[in-house]
Amino acid sequence: MIFTKISSKIKEMKLHIPNSAFLGNINTFLSRLDLSDNGILDITINKSWISIHPLVISMIAALGKQFRPESIKCEKVLARSGHYLVRMGLFNFLGIKSEAPVIEEHEPSGRIIPLTLIKNSSDLKDFLDNLVPLLHLQNESKNVQAIQHIFSELIRNVLEHSQSGQGAIVCAQYFKKSNKISIGVADIGIGLKKSLSQSYSVQDDREAIKLALTPGVTGTTKKPGGSPQNAGFGLFLIKSIAHVNSDFFVIISGNKMYKLLQRGKANLELKGNPFDDRHSIMDIETWKGTAVGVDISINQTQEFNNLLRAIHKFYSHEVKGQKKEHYKKPKFIS
Amino acid sequence: MNKKPEIIINIYDYAGSFAENKDVARTIREKYLFPALKEGKHVILDYSKVDSTTQSFTHALISSAIKNFKEDFFNIVSFKSCTETVRDIIGIVTEYMQKHI
Repeated sequence: MIFTKISSKIKEMKLHIPNSAFLGNINTFLSRLDLSDNGILDITINKSWISIHPLVISMIAALGKQFRPESIKCEKVLARSGHYLVRMGLFNFLGIKSEAPVIEEHEPSGRIIPLTLIKNSSDLKDFLDNLVPLLHLQNESKNVQAIQHIFSELIRNVLEHSQSGQGAIVCAQYFKKSNKISIGVADIGIGLKKSLSQSYSVQDDREAIKLALTPGVTGTTKKPGGSPQNAGFGLFLIKSIAHVNSDFFVIISGNKMYKLLQRGKANLELKGNPFDDRHSIMDIETWKGTAVGVDISINQTQEFNNLLRAIHKFYSHEVKGQKKEHYKKPKFIS
Repeated sequence: MNKKPEIIINIYDYAGSFAENKDVARTIREKYLFPALKEGKHVILDYSKVDSTTQSFTHALISSAIKNFKEDFFNIVSFKSCTETVRDIIGIVTEYMQKHI
């Protein structure tokens, strides 16, 4: 942790953009975050190389958005790949000058969704409408529905539960080399613990993350089946999509980070309790809000309805006993 | 035997091809679905031209109707022209709600 004193009274919030920070190795970025005070934000950047996940970009943007541009000190970008930060719109978003090296040629992938602020349903609709052309997903129909679904659920969570005046800060990228789409959504709202405490007795951030990822738990009510507007199923569904595809899923809130690890050859079976999945937990500086990162491997991704069937199968499996025999099926007509 | 009067609610007209806006789901639920069910009408939720939807939208649209009308819901509400994805999501939501009623 870095903590610099400028004077006896002013402390700086510090963050360092490392050479590499993806969901698998995000721990280094998080361990160097110093969020203990504000007033000035000091951003330092690896001088040789920058290759980071959209979750990291969205977190930096969410933090920076709390500061006036003149209160942000940003180191000159020396890494040639630093132009990536410009393409993702970080400096424009924060209202500061970049001084990043200008790269004239377009990167071959060119498939990014730069930082976007979403404050309401109308912004979300525009964002979802632009998703397919921006990520060049016209020929990836099997992935489009899963990606749309994930964005919609994550962003609506922010709009409905975070109480963040700032809204949801979102970005995404298609990584050609690994053939995956990575998504980051961050907010500086009340966080999971406070949100869920409206209906549950939540001891700490670890328990809040567990509850948030458990199917059927929503902060709006403790009643079984949820409220008319909320089922408490959204984050579980997103984690399940990552699990089935053997991708990473990260959620950060308060002083904890939960990481769903890649499944590898482990059992496909979905777990209701997120701590029964292959995962890691990390203590971090307190993040005032929630941040979520997900990867979606294009090659691995099944048709979305197959993913849904796997999730449905899990849910049916959980519902054992005689009552299941009596469940009515919805009537579909053509 | 008299056939129940019928009302068709076109989801695409309100929610577009990707039906995800829960505020729209609430409007459909409160303005059209519930009043029709209370009047004893048969409701057809028509998903023509809807490619996909979300679990959250579907929950906001039908969960409270399942809670209120219980098993009758499945006799008085039909889902028309659904894609496989829409069918799967409706299946998840209806099973989830029956677990809790």
